[in-house]
Amino acid sequence: MTDADFSLWVYLSRTPLLWLTVTLLAYLAADRISAALGRHPLANPMLIAVVIAAGVLFATGTPYRTYFEGAQFVHFLIGPATVALAVPLYRNRRTVLRAILPMGAALLAGSLAAMGSALLIADALGVPGPVLASLAPKSVTAGIAMGIAEGLGGDPALAAVLVILTGAIGAVTVTPLMNGMGMRDMRARGFAAGLAAHGLGTARAFHVDPVAGTFAGIAMALNALLSAILAPVVLRALL
Amino acid sequence: MIPGAALILSCQLFGEALVHATGWPLPGPVLGMIALLLLLLGNDLLARPLDTGFVTGPADALLANLAFLFVPAGVGVVNRLDVLAAHWFGLAMALIASTLIGLVVTVLVFVGVSRLTTRGQAA
Repeated sequence: MTDADFSLWVYLSRTPLLWLTVTLLAYLAADRISAALGRHPLANPMLIAVVIAAGVLFATGTPYRTYFEGAQFVHFLIGPATVALAVPLYRNRRTVLRAILPMGAALLAGSLAAMGSALLIADALGVPGPVLASLAPKSVTAGIAMGIAEGLGGDPALAAVLVILTGAIGAVTVTPLMNGMGMRDMRARGFAAGLAAHGLGTARAFHVDPVAGTFAGIAMALNALLSAILAPVVLRALL
Repeated sequence: MIPGAALILSCQLFGEALVHATGWPLPGPVLGMIALLLLLLGNDLLARPLDTGFVTGPADALLANLAFLFVPAGVGVVNRLDVLAAHWFGLAMALIASTLIGLVVTVLVFVGVSRLTTRGQAA
């Protein structure tokens, strides 16, 4: 690079514009790749976009903090998107009201099973305490999980990574798993996806069926509420 | 688009403010969601003085792109590769097993209780 090229790069790499654009272009490319692979569950657009964007950071030696100064505008929208879940909830209010008992029971059982099994397995395999505190809210949507992990003495950034990995695992496995189990109740399938795999499970559920998506959104919101209360209790009880 | 965005952000602001004022261990955006739901239901009770299209449009647009919103948090993996490398086996096993267990337990309990309650209504 010449000096002029280098100073242009130094200038651009410090503005939010560059990294915001990279995030959008990475997702566009990822979506094309996913479509080219016939929307195979393993070809998750979010995962591919993360790999592309992380590759750009590595290749250019850009610190994550610099990247996030641009990408935070996208990250910020997770909060409003959570509020927006009220709209499908409102549209399907009659279906939802009829399922209030199964939802309550599934919420409590699923939330405890997901959090408890993660902590027990990780603890048995020698994962240390501070990492476990970041692991406890792994099924909760990123912004809220970071707050929960911080309250437990964990690392919010690590919590966000574990949340994304959980969401990716859930989004990739939920459809084949539910088909394999012969589950045809779209309410139950969606509810499981949103509970175990937060926004990424919800996004997947909306792709499969609007009712599944609605129940996924409810499960994601309810699990965020319940996990904020349960995580300190479960972590203390198990360790 | 601006009235819808304003309403969604106002609901979130209300939720966050309520959490900070009361110290409840609850997520602000989730309280914001409940607030927006109550507003939509209230609009029904008042014989729908408002056409809710102004808020449902932006809300649907946000939800249609939900997976995209998680990309910046996901890229954060580059900062925690050391922790992941040190404990990769335990974390991988815990994440994969617990996600599958969470999915299976949730769906089975939902379907089981749903069958029990509908049978109760029929009887």
